[in-house]
Amino acid sequence: MFLNDSKKFLAIVAIMLALANSACFSGRRGKGDAIKIQGAGSSFVNPLMQKWVSEYGKLNPNIRIDYQSIGSGGGVKQVKERTIQFGASDVAMNDADLKSASGEIIHIPVILGAVVLTYNLAQVEKPLRFSPDIIADIFLGKITRWDDARIKAENPEASLPAADITVVHRSDGSGTSAVFTNYLSKVSPEWKEKVGEGTSPSFPVGLGGKGNEGVTGQIKQTPNTIGYVELAYAVKNKLPVAEIKNRAGNYVVANFETVTNAAAETINDTPEDLRVTITDAAGANVYPISSYVYVLIYKEQPDEVLGKALVEFLTWGINDGERFAENLYYAPLPQEMVKRASAKIGLVSHQGKSLRAEINNVQ
Amino acid sequence: MSSETTDNGLSDGEFSVAKPKQNNILGDKIFRFALTVCAAIILLIVLAMIAVMAQSSWLSLKEFGFGFLVGQVWDPVKGEFGALPFIYGTMVSAILALLIATPISIGVAVFLVEQAPKSLARPMAFLVELLAAIPSVVYGLWAIFVLAPILRVYVQPFLQKTLGFLPFFQGTATGIGMLTGGIILAIMITPIITAVVRDILEAVPVTQREASLALGATKWETTKIVLANASSGIAGAIVLGLGRAIGETMAITMIIGNRPQISASLFDPAYTIASVIANEFTEATGDLYLSALVEMGLILFLVTFIVNGLAKLLILSVARRTA
Repeated sequence: MFLNDSKKFLAIVAIMLALANSACFSGRRGKGDAIKIQGAGSSFVNPLMQKWVSEYGKLNPNIRIDYQSIGSGGGVKQVKERTIQFGASDVAMNDADLKSASGEIIHIPVILGAVVLTYNLAQVEKPLRFSPDIIADIFLGKITRWDDARIKAENPEASLPAADITVVHRSDGSGTSAVFTNYLSKVSPEWKEKVGEGTSPSFPVGLGGKGNEGVTGQIKQTPNTIGYVELAYAVKNKLPVAEIKNRAGNYVVANFETVTNAAAETINDTPEDLRVTITDAAGANVYPISSYVYVLIYKEQPDEVLGKALVEFLTWGINDGERFAENLYYAPLPQEMVKRASAKIGLVSHQGKSLRAEINNVQ
Repeated sequence: MSSETTDNGLSDGEFSVAKPKQNNILGDKIFRFALTVCAAIILLIVLAMIAVMAQSSWLSLKEFGFGFLVGQVWDPVKGEFGALPFIYGTMVSAILALLIATPISIGVAVFLVEQAPKSLARPMAFLVELLAAIPSVVYGLWAIFVLAPILRVYVQPFLQKTLGFLPFFQGTATGIGMLTGGIILAIMITPIITAVVRDILEAVPVTQREASLALGATKWETTKIVLANASSGIAGAIVLGLGRAIGETMAITMIIGNRPQISASLFDPAYTIASVIANEFTEATGDLYLSALVEMGLILFLVTFIVNGLAKLLILSVARRTA
């Protein structure tokens, strides 16, 4: 009796599962349907990606692109697992990650960003100036007071308070932290040895805020704080942005020109695979905490239609899409890099045939 | 409640359920089977979670062993992982929250049930339930923009002036840290504890109150009797609140300062297990790092399990003594 009941129950469950399954299969792509591309990764590039997706969607209504802002690490992970068509990351993948992927992944720089220092000091009106060693020592906890002689020496006119410095850093793993600590590791041997660089470095001092918005929120709310955020967040929240002494000895503020310069000045040293950091670059008018954002895709695309759409989208992005950069507080790629990135996109293929060549033939 | 006679003075036998007819047995069996399946699902989910977490944290379990529990360094760049500051932060913030929330919640519930006029009790009870429905990210934002500045400007300087000799109230007052985290958790669990305690107090028969008052007890004494009778239920409500406090992620991440350290001062930043998982999981690269984060999940599971168990035992023993 009991067994019979359980059989009946199982039969019902089986039927329900079967129904659910068939519903899933009906979701597959037919011929006339829209092409769906799924991307994910860097939250830093998210505002630009959303702009690209909406603008590109207007031009190509049959292509639907969805970008999920899940963080650079998540983007890399999902590309490796092939759950998405493209990933985006603020830092290039390392050799170990590339080797463990199931195919050759190429890096396509799509835009440039800057990490800026911002602070909450009511009495200070003009942007503060910092040299690299002072930034490192503040974040190492060696300079603890705003009226420290070394900060004063660089900002003789500023009325610095006699108060403790409260450092605010990112608590969540983020490309922003990776870029900032990459810079500090380049300019300070002590930082490199004690803390190092990475998406979740262990900061010696300070409060952790979640996300760019968490850090900006805490800086805005708490007097005598200093922290690092992406340029867009500082500008949109009307926070002051510090001038930072670059390698040439000039104090430079981050804007779309000085950040693009950082890429342009380093272009000759950029390796063939385009994986490079451009922090602490040489050049007179270069902002030193700048970085590329990469789109990561497999060189060999498993699906011809999706691959072709992806190639078209990225080609449009690094050419026409760059004009949206400035309004969203990113910096466009220098011309030379657009050429090199474009050549990389040309390598994307399906069964050995370049997908872009086919596009050109169709046109 | 299993007394020989019911409130009506009738013996149990007169209400005994009629024996099921033959054709009902099949229905009963299906019913019982369905219920068993429901119960089994819960057990299976728990077991599956432990199994999967143990499996994916195997690398970290092997690498650090017991040292993971007592390690104080969390440095993903160098591949060093220790959970102690996170366990400390989770426990202290949750206990702090309970210390603040329990008296307030019981007070509110007693007021709603015993004191407030009906016209006030209804809308207030509704408000309490509304508070429980607010998403935690909203609490977190409110904490950053409202609570933290208030604490920094008024409360923390006051505490430092009056109780500054205690190690709990030393250091720079930034408005962000363990104290703020504990308070926001307290605010979040108050509506839950209040709502449950209120339901429990309402379930205490009116006859008890009437009897107590008839014997000449004051309102205060009557309330004490009602509370004593409801004590095991109240204990359950507190454990429920504790569970929420330990597992809470979003709001406390935004306000606790996210610094893995063990510091006596409540003004200093701290870190909880749930927060570090939420903060770092998306960007965790490297197998050992991921594995260490999963092990944190496993520890959170165990901590919740142990703390809930202990809390239940403790409060039940207190309840038994008062009853």
